Amino acid sequence: MRRPGLVLRTLLGLTLLAVVHAAYALTPQEALAIAGGDTDSRIAALRQAVQHPDPQLATFLHKLLNDEVQIDGGMVQVQQGNDWINLATGQAVTPSANAEGVVNNNYVRKQLESARAALDLFSPSRAARLKAVRQMQDDPASVDRGLVEQALKIERDPEIRKRLQLLHAAVLLTSPDAAERLAAAKELAASNYPAVRTLLLSRLDHSDGQHTEIDPTVRAQIEKSLAAIDERLAWSERLGTLFSGISLGSILLLAALGLAVTYGLMGVINMAQGEFIMLGAYATYVMQGLFQRYLPAEVHYSLLAAVPFSFLVAGGVGMLVERTIIRRLYGRPLETLLATWGISLVLIQAVRSLFGPQNVQVDNPPWMSGGLHVMANLILPYNRMVIIAFTALVLLAMGLLIARTRLGLFVRAVTQNRAMASCVGVRTARVDMLAFGLGTGIAGLAGCALTQIGNVSPEMGTGYIVDCFMVVVLGGVGQLTGTVAAALGLGVVNTLLEGVAGAVLAKIAVLIAIILFIQKRPQGMFALKGRSVET
Amino acid sequence: MKRRDFLKVSAVGAVAAASSLSFPAIAARKAPIKVGILHSLSGTMAISETALKDVDLMTIAEINAAGGVDGHMIEPVVVDPASNWPLFAEKARQLIAQDKVAAIFGCWTSVSRKSVLPVLDELNGLLFYPVQFEGQEENKHVVYTGAAPNQQAIPATEYLMSQDGGGAKRFFLLGTDYVYPRTTNAILRGFLHAKGVKDSDIAEVYTPFGFSNYQNIVASIKKFASAGPTCVISTINGDSNVPFYKEMANQGIKATDIPVVGFSVAEQELAGMDTKPLVGYLTAWNYYESLKNPTNTKFVSAWKAWVKAKGLKDYPVTDDPMEASYIGIHLWKQAVEKAKSTKVDEVRKALVGQKFAAPDGYTVEVLPNQYLSKPVYIGQVRADGQFDVVWKSKGLVRGEAWSPYIPKPKNA
Repeated sequence: MRRPGLVLRTLLGLTLLAVVHAAYALTPQEALAIAGGDTDSRIAALRQAVQHPDPQLATFLHKLLNDEVQIDGGMVQVQQGNDWINLATGQAVTPSANAEGVVNNNYVRKQLESARAALDLFSPSRAARLKAVRQMQDDPASVDRGLVEQALKIERDPEIRKRLQLLHAAVLLTSPDAAERLAAAKELAASNYPAVRTLLLSRLDHSDGQHTEIDPTVRAQIEKSLAAIDERLAWSERLGTLFSGISLGSILLLAALGLAVTYGLMGVINMAQGEFIMLGAYATYVMQGLFQRYLPAEVHYSLLAAVPFSFLVAGGVGMLVERTIIRRLYGRPLETLLATWGISLVLIQAVRSLFGPQNVQVDNPPWMSGGLHVMANLILPYNRMVIIAFTALVLLAMGLLIARTRLGLFVRAVTQNRAMASCVGVRTARVDMLAFGLGTGIAGLAGCALTQIGNVSPEMGTGYIVDCFMVVVLGGVGQLTGTVAAALGLGVVNTLLEGVAGAVLAKIAVLIAIILFIQKRPQGMFALKGRSVET
Repeated sequence: MKRRDFLKVSAVGAVAAASSLSFPAIAARKAPIKVGILHSLSGTMAISETALKDVDLMTIAEINAAGGVDGHMIEPVVVDPASNWPLFAEKARQLIAQDKVAAIFGCWTSVSRKSVLPVLDELNGLLFYPVQFEGQEENKHVVYTGAAPNQQAIPATEYLMSQDGGGAKRFFLLGTDYVYPRTTNAILRGFLHAKGVKDSDIAEVYTPFGFSNYQNIVASIKKFASAGPTCVISTINGDSNVPFYKEMANQGIKATDIPVVGFSVAEQELAGMDTKPLVGYLTAWNYYESLKNPTNTKFVSAWKAWVKAKGLKDYPVTDDPMEASYIGIHLWKQAVEKAKSTKVDEVRKALVGQKFAAPDGYTVEVLPNQYLSKPVYIGQVRADGQFDVVWKSKGLVRGEAWSPYIPKPKNA
């Protein structure tokens, strides 16, 4: 059982005035007791210290949570920049060999965070107060009633007030007064926090034969509020699933788009498509390395520079492969299949020899870490949102290229009727090379994006090749619309099935479904119509 | 073939060079003892196993430099089973039948170990297996120097249920889909039942090898956690760990809300990761590089020097399976010296009761079931990718081959 409010129960209104006056200062003995010893004694010392809080305590808690405190022979030292400061004297010191960093286990960490939040609740900064109240909403069971009521008295900001009121209701749920509990249960129906749900559930617990909540009317109200919360949480869950499905679909689409050109438009069964994805990912890694070496201050933007770079690298290698090997094999699908498979092995081994067999690490830039809080139980990660947007951009650019540009016109002409196109003066060999370069270049872009969510290893491409073909074949060969529909459809279906059947079974089910579908409709979802089908 | 020969020759050459420099007289007098090193140097497992091959070579060089085994130099024969399970059996056969090695140090995954067992039985070989695993096996041809479930999984789960560990009431068991995670989770389920945890409070989810789309699973962890204090017990193996932890961080799950304990994540796996979002996540092992004791200081600095000398920039840190490999070779050396023979039957007899002052800070001992007694540590990820020990066992824990929480198979 957790011990709720161990720290904060003692933080009563009286002590809060002290925040303003800062009459006491944190003594070195107190600091030592909070930082060292066993868990229980540390928590007890923390409880003591927050009874007369002062700004120094807040700073100290902050340092503790950042692992910037160490104990050196009974002396507490805190880190400031690169120096260690003796907390008692305020002088810089040179730590001895016996200095040991303070280790906070998760329980202590949680108590420290609660204490810090309690102090921050009266901070002049709005952001600090908001963060504090959010933190407390994550764990309402350990929040002290007096503290919330004090804060409510002086808080003016409407958003923080609203949160405080919900928090207050959550605290009142354990009040000895049944009327207060009833009102609290009613008010909590408006909460979106999963933590509140946990709290309500715990009040309904009667596993030991006795109801935690003794009053039946309050129990009924709690059940009603729970149902309301569940319904809203269920909605955000559905939204979350949809988002995951679209996100997975966008990854499939990005990976398959290149193949939609090489296989869909040109008819080359390119088994090395996955390896071009891998090349794009390694190009991103190289770009990151270059930035670290020459532009360390801008390293977070190496990803942006890597986008064109990965396109050029993968596209360039693709054109080289087309010129030297694939052009000799047009119209011989079996030989192409074997040759491109050979190319894939060569590329894997080349990268393995150059970069080593281990995975390489491409960092998430800060602007792609974390996520957008939509609701308490729905956070949309930035990296996935960026990839969805990126996919849309690539799709748009490619659509325009094929539909509006001269090169696109040539590509369409050559795919539809090679002989005729050649007769009217289109240099088909050059168009083939450029189209193949475009297809592999897009695979390179996919690789660049995939560094942000998956592993980068020489074998990474083999994992995508099956998915790519699945998408293109299902969507209908030679059809961009089909590829888009198939990718998004597969993403959403796979995500839904995963929720029901688990990742392994979902994958199997999707594969079987595709086999059945192709049996029934070999041309895919969207069939190419017209004379070109026969050629 | 060529690659193996090259490795063999170069390894032998290195040792010969080392020994001829320091102890030319001894090297010339006594015949060397061959040992086999059976770790994947290519394929999916190369990430983990290559470091073990290198620590084996380091340990052997260290023993040779100190005079060898009773004056005999150790001569390592390195082979590459290439993450291919049947190839492990073939290579083991070759090591024993053709190269006549006295012992084999090797294997990582349980499936590779299982594939070697029939060969060991047939040719009377001796394998030192250095990785934590699911137990439920007691083969007289294997010495298990890694942790059994009661030396890792069970104490870690107990810790998560304690106040310090977050007082978990609900358990999300997440693993890669193969024998080790499934068996470990079966044992954990039995253990949790014994502790009065109901099935409705246990979720068990598996993903394929190499899985990387953890969005849904992390969302379901969140949902599962909304019904009470929850912990995640991860037996995810290999590089899937990276996208899993990234997704947890991106979806804003902190270790103080939902602690995660990983059984296959050690210093090597974290070496290439941005560990700042992972601070507070837990692992359970019998050894951490950050342990402070003189034996460990010596071990770590020996490894750093070896890495520097050999240019192995990919393996800067030490971890638990490496320490278990190190212990295994030393225990074998002591047993050979005691038995005054390299014959497997005599070495095995001499092995039981052998003690070794290990880098984990304790003197570990070989038990009659050929498991070790080891200390158990629970470590918390630090911002620099090392671990802070937040819990340790009171003294040594004896390795149990058969878990009391699941039925023992009849044919065992």
